Amino acid sequence: MSRKHTAPVFDIANEGRGRPPRPPLPPDGSGLTTPSDPEQPAATGPDPIDVWSNALMSAALIAIDPPGFGGAWVMAQAGPVRDRYVDAVRALRPDGTAFRKMPVQIAEDRLIGGLDLTASLASGRVIAQRGLMAEADGGMLVLPMAERLQPIAVSRLSEALDTHSIRVERDGIGTTHDARIGVLALDEGTEHDDRVAHALADRLAFHLDLSIVPVRVVEAAVIETHEIDAARQLYQAMPHDAARIETICALAAAFGVSSVRAALFALRAACAFAALDGRNAIDDEDIEMATRLVLLPRATRIPAPPAEDESDDQPDPPPNDEADETPPPEDPEQDIPEGGLQDSMQEAETALIPKGLLDRLAASAQRSMAAQSSGGKGGVRAALLRGRPIGSRAGRLDGRARLHVVDTLRAAAPWQRMRNGNEPGRGTGGRIAVRGEDIRIRRFKERMETLTIFAVDASGSQALNRLGEAKGAVELLLADCYARRDQVALVVFRGTGADIVLPPTRSLVRAKRALSGVPGGGGTPLAAGIDAVRILAEDAQRKGQTAHAVFLTDGSANVGYDPQAGRAAAREDAHGAGAKLRALGASAILIDTSPRPQRRAEDVATALGAIYLPLPFADAKGIRDAIGVLPGSATVAANRSR
Amino acid sequence: MAAPFPFSAIVGQDDMKQALLIAAVDPAIGGVLVLGDRGTGKSTAVRALAALLPKMAAVKGCPYHCDPAKPADPCEYCTTMAEDDRAKSAKIPVPVVDLPLGATEDRVVGALDIEKALTRGEKSFQPGLLAQANRGFLYIDEVNLLEDHLVDLLLDVAASGENVVEREGLSVRHPARFVLVGSGNPEEGELRPQLMDRFGLSVDVRTPEDLKTRIEVVRRRDAFERNPAEFLDKTRRKDAAIRRKLVAAAARLDDVDVPDSALETAARLCIALGTDGLRGELTLMRAARALTALESRDQVTDADIRAVAPMVLSHRLRRDPLDDSRPVVRVERALAELFPA
Repeated sequence: MSRKHTAPVFDIANEGRGRPPRPPLPPDGSGLTTPSDPEQPAATGPDPIDVWSNALMSAALIAIDPPGFGGAWVMAQAGPVRDRYVDAVRALRPDGTAFRKMPVQIAEDRLIGGLDLTASLASGRVIAQRGLMAEADGGMLVLPMAERLQPIAVSRLSEALDTHSIRVERDGIGTTHDARIGVLALDEGTEHDDRVAHALADRLAFHLDLSIVPVRVVEAAVIETHEIDAARQLYQAMPHDAARIETICALAAAFGVSSVRAALFALRAACAFAALDGRNAIDDEDIEMATRLVLLPRATRIPAPPAEDESDDQPDPPPNDEADETPPPEDPEQDIPEGGLQDSMQEAETALIPKGLLDRLAASAQRSMAAQSSGGKGGVRAALLRGRPIGSRAGRLDGRARLHVVDTLRAAAPWQRMRNGNEPGRGTGGRIAVRGEDIRIRRFKERMETLTIFAVDASGSQALNRLGEAKGAVELLLADCYARRDQVALVVFRGTGADIVLPPTRSLVRAKRALSGVPGGGGTPLAAGIDAVRILAEDAQRKGQTAHAVFLTDGSANVGYDPQAGRAAAREDAHGAGAKLRALGASAILIDTSPRPQRRAEDVATALGAIYLPLPFADAKGIRDAIGVLPGSATVAANRSR
Repeated sequence: MAAPFPFSAIVGQDDMKQALLIAAVDPAIGGVLVLGDRGTGKSTAVRALAALLPKMAAVKGCPYHCDPAKPADPCEYCTTMAEDDRAKSAKIPVPVVDLPLGATEDRVVGALDIEKALTRGEKSFQPGLLAQANRGFLYIDEVNLLEDHLVDLLLDVAASGENVVEREGLSVRHPARFVLVGSGNPEEGELRPQLMDRFGLSVDVRTPEDLKTRIEVVRRRDAFERNPAEFLDKTRRKDAAIRRKLVAAAARLDDVDVPDSALETAARLCIALGTDGLRGELTLMRAARALTALESRDQVTDADIRAVAPMVLSHRLRRDPLDDSRPVVRVERALAELFPA
């Protein structure tokens, strides 16, 4: 998805030392969200007091039915506000149920259960141990740094949230444990692309952005534990009448919430509100509250307000914005049908929604979406693979491999009684008898992942021409990368700033969508472009990836950090930015796209430490061949042992 | 484990249901790959299919539940049995085995039986998930996130129908013929082409956009979750009808006639789309035959080939980075060219 903004994106002057600048607020709300500054809630944003009272409400609802609501996705940095929220959930939860913290780097055997190594070794027989999810059965799991969760952990949590149980198939143990859990996913992500996995977010009823709540508005919960207990009885017996279900589905559709889970969550929330109020039927107010808590944070569009509401200072609702950038309607990838279908659908929807309710909700949705703090849309994230060991396998220690101690012991454990003459400890003087066949060696991720960042100069008259070629090259390279499982990102610089048009991805689907709809024209802010590449490269290196940069430009920088400073300053800024990128050690290639090779492009290449390739008539295939020159862009040797 | 949501109560998603039934009628087709958004009922449908399948006869006590009627290819367990013991069979549910992400290799292929090794000092083989799945289904949710070494292993077993274990001093081979059912969301990581190709059919599922369908989905799901027993009572007869249809189709399969004209249509379609190898044509024929059997007819027609073409061919097309359209659209385009209305 493209992000548009007017100011230079990567403004060195405002950049704090050692920390990448905060990514720009995406006005279209697509793809990425960024929490606002905690002390300065945006004027148009939701009222922090409302946000906090909604959060307290969600804590009460989770306490009524933890597995039914799945829990909450909490966007906030560690701090008193977040702590108060977690405390509220802890205080209200059913008496005596578990409240466990799950460290982000939890080993899988601790998460789902497996062989109890110590006990098995001591007793000489297989002793299984339950994992954290089974231990938390009936209670809550708290996940700090949930945005860093491994895809596999996300998948196991999803399984528990879906089936309320967890299956173990490992270490010779095959069993199913109950795991009726609720989850508090504490998301501290600030970088782009760093959010809780969508799969997990979708299974959590409440999406809370507490980053806009200052400490001073935080008040203690007004609901008492005994009220929750009483409500739980009523909640379980609450009738679900058909008309209410229709209303909730219509509301979900009106706000563009496609997940069926969300509608079910909203239904349960409405029941819980009625139960908290001591009633045994849902009324309109319950549905309104449920919509505010469950559906609005997931809203992807705002229902068309009555005609007179269209004032100038209101930002366009996101779906329109998206329609400008996404491919033309004949593109079959387009998920959300625009126009006709939606209009007719909307009529059907509005018929089912109580009068006035939609307007009130639409107004709050607009506020929260304007502040870009609503969740739900930020969750889509590629399954990132971080450089890390991926287990062990049997093998010999031949000097190249590294021993996996625990797995070796695990393999040796069952044999101890036999090897020690049927009694633990005897024969080897209490030591564990490890034999050659027990040896397990560490396996690491088979290949260093590579991220290739394309930085495309989309300025001036030739922009469209060059941009088309670059797009073609990215697509060709993407097909290659797809076979190699590498990643690609695309930065476009033009006018006064740089856009990360395509965050690092391996998905052809997303890449194609992002590529179509890149505009051209304007000046050449080369420095901003180089900075954008550097930030992506830094992120990649932090994740253990190797970054390559490919610049397609004529090198004629004419917009620097200060847009008024002129051409010479712009060139100097570009060279400075280039030196910083070079210092990172990322390999780069600069393809000179000017009709005649220019001295200035070569200078920039030198500053970048990049390979300079004058390709006056660069076409997609030519660029792809040139990229083959880069070191390490071919498949790196498999089975690296560290 | 609670009873799964019934198959007949799944709203919409006709392509997915059809593909699952076709794959169940003829295991030789090679399973189904279900791609699509989350929360579209992919896992629900697979688990529902498991509950729907009729029981099958298996050699009593055999860890690989061999077919007593087909003694031609006995497993190690069956060969050690006396002739008349092998004739003893038991009716067991068709296995539908979940392969969770992060399953260790030893649990998948089987490993040394630790319990027996400890208590009796015996070196014996404890069958893994592949053994459990023999003659049944192997279901992998989020197959696109599966670790590479497990993918390699599965590819090999799926191609050979046999699991060879050489580890921990054990040397075991046993039959492992199963229908591979995978699901995943391509936006979260692409599937390796080799694995894609191993699936006979592929379908795209999407969140229903129209309001009535969605209300129905939520309503049924809610009714099921609040009172599963009552809900299952209501759908029992419909599920039984689908089960009868499946049984009848499997029995009829060998009698379905595939005329040369239908084979020619299949070949022309594959040539027009430039699919690699013969697997596409073969699967087209098999899927069309299974569809014909499901509809209680005796002869495959061009219409059957056309009906199954999108699910058979869309994942076999060579990727064309410059063609933006979805594979299904390309198949439909080829169909429209070959069969002008």
